[in-house]
Amino acid sequence: MAIKKLLIANRGEIAVRIIRAARELGIATVQVYSKADKDSLAVRLADESIEIGPPQASKSYLNQAVILDAARSTGADAIHPGYGFLAENAEFAAAVEAAGLIFVGPTAQSIRLMGDKVAARGAAASAGVPTVPGSQGRLESAEAAFALVDKTGFPVMIKAAAGGGGRGIRIAHSADEFHHLMPQAQAEALAAFGDGGLYVEKLIEGARHIEVQVLGDGHDVIHCFERECSLQRRRQKVWEEAPSPSLAPAIREKLCVSAVALAKAVNYRGAGTLEYLYDDKTHEFYFLEMNTRIQVEHPVTEMITGIDLVREMIRIAGGERLRVRQDEVRVSGHSIEVRINAEDPARNFQPNPGIVSALSVPGGDGVRFDSMLYQGYAVPPFYDSLLGKLIVHDKDRPGAIRKLDRALADLNVEGLATTKPLHQALVRDADVQAGRFHTAWLEPWLESHAATLAAPLPTAKVAP
Amino acid sequence: MATQQIFSPLPGIFYRKPAPDKPVYKNDGDVVADSDTIGLIEVMKSFNEVKAGAAGKILRFLAENEEPVMAGQPIAEIDI
Repeated sequence: MAIKKLLIANRGEIAVRIIRAARELGIATVQVYSKADKDSLAVRLADESIEIGPPQASKSYLNQAVILDAARSTGADAIHPGYGFLAENAEFAAAVEAAGLIFVGPTAQSIRLMGDKVAARGAAASAGVPTVPGSQGRLESAEAAFALVDKTGFPVMIKAAAGGGGRGIRIAHSADEFHHLMPQAQAEALAAFGDGGLYVEKLIEGARHIEVQVLGDGHDVIHCFERECSLQRRRQKVWEEAPSPSLAPAIREKLCVSAVALAKAVNYRGAGTLEYLYDDKTHEFYFLEMNTRIQVEHPVTEMITGIDLVREMIRIAGGERLRVRQDEVRVSGHSIEVRINAEDPARNFQPNPGIVSALSVPGGDGVRFDSMLYQGYAVPPFYDSLLGKLIVHDKDRPGAIRKLDRALADLNVEGLATTKPLHQALVRDADVQAGRFHTAWLEPWLESHAATLAAPLPTAKVAP
Repeated sequence: MATQQIFSPLPGIFYRKPAPDKPVYKNDGDVVADSDTIGLIEVMKSFNEVKAGAAGKILRFLAENEEPVMAGQPIAEIDI
């Protein structure tokens, strides 16, 4: 059943991205919005819009009943959850289908399976995908935990089974620390997630974050190669690229094939991402988790493969089969995305809502700016700080880096401080240019470059 | 004795508790030191403590728990 009217249960740049994709497919759009988002770009662009509550996300974008009501009252036949909010909420996916609507994403069952990190590790192991050495499932007792770390050695990460996105992780470097941290981690997991279940993984030091994009139609699955997102601050990605600068072709092939095997094993439907750690000293990769949604950094994959992932996931949700075969997916050139956040790198990334008093956006061949900004827009303080993503594409990585440098210089956002100066410093860094980094690289770099980042203070005006 | 207002330093969501299942930082009528935390402002998913800024007795809160506030909005009155 082809979708005729799509409700976007999200906000910000991803809502804009989904509206554009829907319009290209001839699908009408309904944008939901909280009181704080009445003047958002997504509301301006959508065919229709409907208010769903006060600014607090818990009372608007996370309010399942109100969103389902909005779909009914506007006659939408499908809901796209974007990322964050309700995108990986199995209960919501099930409620959408129970209401006779299409959920643009995987089945509630897939979301539930992959949302439980222990179950996901189990599914990976059954599909022959390597996982980080550690517990095969939840740790049932402290004794079992100690027996296990005796085998894996230190350091180890203690993770909450119900966690994710970097939350609820502790690192133990010794048996003493492990004894000390286990009960803390358990109490915190119980308080934070209502589930005290823990598992343990060996910490791979100096590992890179590499993830594989997959597309499935519930019958077949293809991969669209990998992205590398090793540049992270507080476990949040700040710079993503495709392909990874660190993978040899044979390993790339093995990695991508493993992702397809796992996604096929769960009859995956829609766009999904399998995240891995990659140790470039041993050339081993380890499955971490699967994100059962479109990701922030999806554009770099679109740029190198020419596949519009958002359009494809909408078509699949409407009942179409995959339209490309694996051997038709090819990599062309190199793409980099940097996140333009309303955070001030000169002031320890302090969030910076305010009014966009002037805006100029870079253009030219192979430059794309996916954002929620327009001149005069008042960025609300109630949601995350992502304003937009600057994406470049060129024939190779050095070309993409030069183009990014040029495009950053052409980007001008006035009225609030953004992370642009961070990216201008990164793009000129010798290690970044050589692709020499890992997931723990950026934070020490930020400390040693604090003075550089504090110097070029942009015009930071605070909204009255 | 004079009445002074405590203003929100940032725009965002005002919280009177450190966590949903914890008691409020301060009640109407509580005596506070100037460095005491009286609430949190969540701005773009980061949490910032609001200090009393003066020693005295809290007359009343003007903003409710989980209320959206503007920078410079009075959130409590204090008798100094």
